[in-house]
Amino acid sequence: MLSVLVAQNIAFGIIAAIACISAVRMVTTQNVVHAALYLVAVLASLAAIYILLVAEFVATTQFLVYIGAVMVLFLFGVMLTRAPTTGDSRLTGDHWPIGLGVAVMLAGVLTYVVLDFFGSDQLPNDPIVFDTADVGDSIFSTYLVPFEAVSVLLLAALIGAIVLVRKD
Amino acid sequence: MSGDPLLRGTIDFVDVLVVLFKVGIAFGFLLVATMFMVWFERKLISDMQNRIGPNVAGPWGILQTLADGLKFFFKEDLRPREADSLVFRLAPYLSVVTAFVAFAIVPVGGVFKDGDPTSGTVSLFGKETYLQVADPPMGILLLLAASSIAVYGIMLAGWSSGSKYPLLGAVRASAQAISYEAALGMAVVAVVIAAGSLSTHDIVAAQSGGYRSWYWFATGLIPFVVFFIAATAELNRPPFDLVEAEQELVGGFHTEYSSIRFAMFFLAEFMNVITMSAIMVTLFFGGPAGPIFFGLDWLFPTLWFFGKVLVFLFVFVWFRATLPRLRYDQLMNLGWKVLIPVMLGWLLVYRAIVLWRDDKIDPIPTIIVGSIIAIVCTALLTAAFSAGDRAFERENTPSDREGS
Repeated sequence: MLSVLVAQNIAFGIIAAIACISAVRMVTTQNVVHAALYLVAVLASLAAIYILLVAEFVATTQFLVYIGAVMVLFLFGVMLTRAPTTGDSRLTGDHWPIGLGVAVMLAGVLTYVVLDFFGSDQLPNDPIVFDTADVGDSIFSTYLVPFEAVSVLLLAALIGAIVLVRKD
Repeated sequence: MSGDPLLRGTIDFVDVLVVLFKVGIAFGFLLVATMFMVWFERKLISDMQNRIGPNVAGPWGILQTLADGLKFFFKEDLRPREADSLVFRLAPYLSVVTAFVAFAIVPVGGVFKDGDPTSGTVSLFGKETYLQVADPPMGILLLLAASSIAVYGIMLAGWSSGSKYPLLGAVRASAQAISYEAALGMAVVAVVIAAGSLSTHDIVAAQSGGYRSWYWFATGLIPFVVFFIAATAELNRPPFDLVEAEQELVGGFHTEYSSIRFAMFFLAEFMNVITMSAIMVTLFFGGPAGPIFFGLDWLFPTLWFFGKVLVFLFVFVWFRATLPRLRYDQLMNLGWKVLIPVMLGWLLVYRAIVLWRDDKIDPIPTIIVGSIIAIVCTALLTAAFSAGDRAFERENTPSDREGS
């Protein structure tokens, strides 16, 4: 029997609703800083969902990396270039129907994949506790090569950014 | 299995009440402590400067902060015409809430014995629990998460004011906070390696077995100094208070704020000082651990904790009375070119020592490999610094500087 009204499901529903509304507002708002803040709300909701899934370390990492670093840099860029506090700039481009189509298609594909893979599987009653030590162990043993490859990729991106902005 | 014994197994109504009680006490305590801190700072700094300081409201002026707070409530709440009203109202709350959140992971009491991670519990309403609001498995990362959210409060306050000085102040403040967060995080890494856990309770427990297990060598020298400097910069306290350098920026990011909204920023700032002091005590000085006399188990741990925190609060005020403010380029140089490389080097050295001592790895290859890495890194760093200096010299050729 599917129990819909357990605490986790209610919390998930609320958080998911916040995430969806923020995501829609992010693309419809006409103020660029507000758009960035709605994106922060979406990312924070994702972190909350990770906490519901007992993945505290992933949730904290989401906070530290996306909200604490990436979005701060976003806001920096926006504020230092063009971000009038009053008066809305026209942010919606003319190609928004195409974007909408792509988004709907992506949502369709993801829904299909998830349903196809998990179908009517039930989650185990005892939550799987996957603590920080396990994450660390698997990163530095099983997934060492992909992890290092991603690190080098990020380093390359960093150096690339420096090379692009250097004047001489 | 670590974690609060209160939340193991089934959770009944009393457990929820205990958690709510702890939250309420922590909230109330922080508010009162902040009031005390404001008075303490004003009184102490006036002593250091041969003044009297607040002395009218209550005995020794101790009610001065309460009077100021009440006054803030009745002031007119101004909002600039150019301000973005939603964000302008949101920003102070972001500052205050994050200031509270980080305190939740600080253990303030409980008997910690012999480095045992299961010690340090107290009995509250017949339930065994830790004397801290929360002991999440990612523990100390919550501090870093909270301080990265605190940047939003400052940045949005500056931007939404729709005025130039707040914007400049906010850009300075957030650049400073982001820069020093890296050094802060790395100092925390050293503590985590030494204690072998992210949980603040386990970190305190790991330090509690007397001089042997208190890892003063691993964290007390370089990581502590780096953490202290970085924390001072994170808090925007003197000598790193460029954010509100009056001579340059009027009041910094909160120039346009008045009344209770300004009071909230003020509150958050002092609350952060207390929280940071408490975190430093937790990470480096064993939190509530200490000798217990007369069998007073319930009193001495908390007394030790507050005593240690008070020392750091005093040092922060002492800094403010003593040290002149850094210039902006000095600030950035200290953060990026001194603290971070020193911390990285120390992590390398400390890790090599641990490998040799605990994992019984042959020290000779460790020393050779470690030295090679250290030499290469130092050479690269020196090359990068000199390249940066040369570029700086080229941009600021003497002909440009004649006017100034």
